[in-house]
Amino acid sequence: MKMIESVFTIAENDLVAAGVYRMVLAGDTAPITVPGQFVDIRLPELYLRRPISVCDAQDGSLALLYKTVGKGTERMAAMGPGERLDLLTGLGNGFSLAESGDRPLLAGGGIGAAPLYMLAKKLIQRGARPLVVMGFNGAEDVFYADEFAALGADVTVATVDGSRGVKGLVTDAMAGLSYSYVYACGPEPMLRAVWERSETDGQFSFEARMGCGFGACVGCTRQTVNGPKRVCKDGPVFRKGEILWEA
Amino acid sequence: MTLCGLELDNPVIPASGTFGYGYEFAEYYDINCLGTFSFKGTTKEPRFGNPQPRIAECAGGMLNAVGLQNPGVDKVLSEELPRLAKVFHKPVMANVSGFSPEEYAYVCEKLDAAPQVGWLEVNISCPNVHGGGMSFGTDPEAAAGVVRAVKAVTAKPVIVKLTPNVTDIVSMARACEDAGADGISLINTLQAMRIDLKTKKPLLANVTGGLSGPAVFPVAVRMVYQVYEAVRIPVVGVGGVSSAEDVIEMMLAGATAVEVGAANLTDPYVCRDIVRDLPGVMEKYGIENLRDIIGGAHG
Repeated sequence: MKMIESVFTIAENDLVAAGVYRMVLAGDTAPITVPGQFVDIRLPELYLRRPISVCDAQDGSLALLYKTVGKGTERMAAMGPGERLDLLTGLGNGFSLAESGDRPLLAGGGIGAAPLYMLAKKLIQRGARPLVVMGFNGAEDVFYADEFAALGADVTVATVDGSRGVKGLVTDAMAGLSYSYVYACGPEPMLRAVWERSETDGQFSFEARMGCGFGACVGCTRQTVNGPKRVCKDGPVFRKGEILWEA
Repeated sequence: MTLCGLELDNPVIPASGTFGYGYEFAEYYDINCLGTFSFKGTTKEPRFGNPQPRIAECAGGMLNAVGLQNPGVDKVLSEELPRLAKVFHKPVMANVSGFSPEEYAYVCEKLDAAPQVGWLEVNISCPNVHGGGMSFGTDPEAAAGVVRAVKAVTAKPVIVKLTPNVTDIVSMARACEDAGADGISLINTLQAMRIDLKTKKPLLANVTGGLSGPAVFPVAVRMVYQVYEAVRIPVVGVGGVSSAEDVIEMMLAGATAVEVGAANLTDPYVCRDIVRDLPGVMEKYGIENLRDIIGGAHG
């Protein structure tokens, strides 16, 4: 795993759900070696780069799913095909596939489902049969349920308002499922709920406000069983057994 | 050129807190192209630092409230410096922080015994910790007390890093010089804050943080200019430097060497590129030798 800086060209940038965009970029994807890594994007007039998880990467094509939540993502949403972006790629310690077993559960909360796509793809390539549980607020927020199904994953959608799939949270949709391992990505309360409810070992991918994205500023550190760890460099994926939650 | 008696191949020095303990940047480029670098502010005990979030952004820069996260001086000596030795073969600048003059002296005495350490940069200017850091940098007497305590335990050059969060930067610099400091570096970050419109509360968990980036560059140039006139010891210019042009401007103000901080976080290759760009920019402005321009803006 090695970070490099390179320029990508936007090929597509389309709305796929309420406030959620899918950006496809052409460039050097070689540094992206495992699912769960992220890229750090330089945007015009904004001082800090914006870390966005990799949804998929292969053969020079990089797909990102992002939700407009502030200045950076709003600026990304306003960009179009042909525009160029300076990216740091190959960032972060992604998911390890070796422990998944035959029937891993992939739990995604909102935009946190994005990096689970490449994970599901790689797990299926290894012969596993992933169960994907995706939680959203309502039907208008749902994205990629069909794409996960097209990979061959068994998909369950949960919505808080019950407008699509199971009514409730990701953990409600998990109840009764039988699985060999857990991978989760989403907002911290959702991660914590999955961490508490899941009956197997697993890996959890965290979000953080980052300064640099590559371990230099230690702005994004969280406390773990093994001492302070940087979400950007030591994570964003942490093992179930090393995670500590704030009271 | 030299800085406080030690050789520097060039004046470019990544600033403390933006370059870790160096070895991680060595994954990205050969860091031996740098003059030196100032490693992460180190204290007697390990520190986690402040709660999250501790990073925010603003026009032309960023705020941090990391709060001196570091593994403590013993681990720096036993783990970080040996790792660094494999990839960096020049004297390093050791940045030191503390909560009492005795603590500063304790850490400096330990680092004094490390052959890799060239300079001690004594940080009396961190705005993000309580009861230490900046509180020594806002009172000339307190600053002098730290300098005297540190000078008593080390033969290495002591550079005191000052905070801009004072009324009179010149009196701070003079107090440090009179107490025996071998150099002054300035500026640390400016105390600042942001408020989140969604929550209507401060964005940083620490409420305030330190502003850095291009937004502070003119403040740093002004303070370097004023301090250069007031002291005889070398001045290291820090604050918002992002290009070879900025390095030259800082040297014209009076800097013998120049630290680059926040820019490392947005462009990990920036210091390598500044070193590469310097000869071309010198030629453009008719500068033959950088030594000749130090303080050149003064009458």
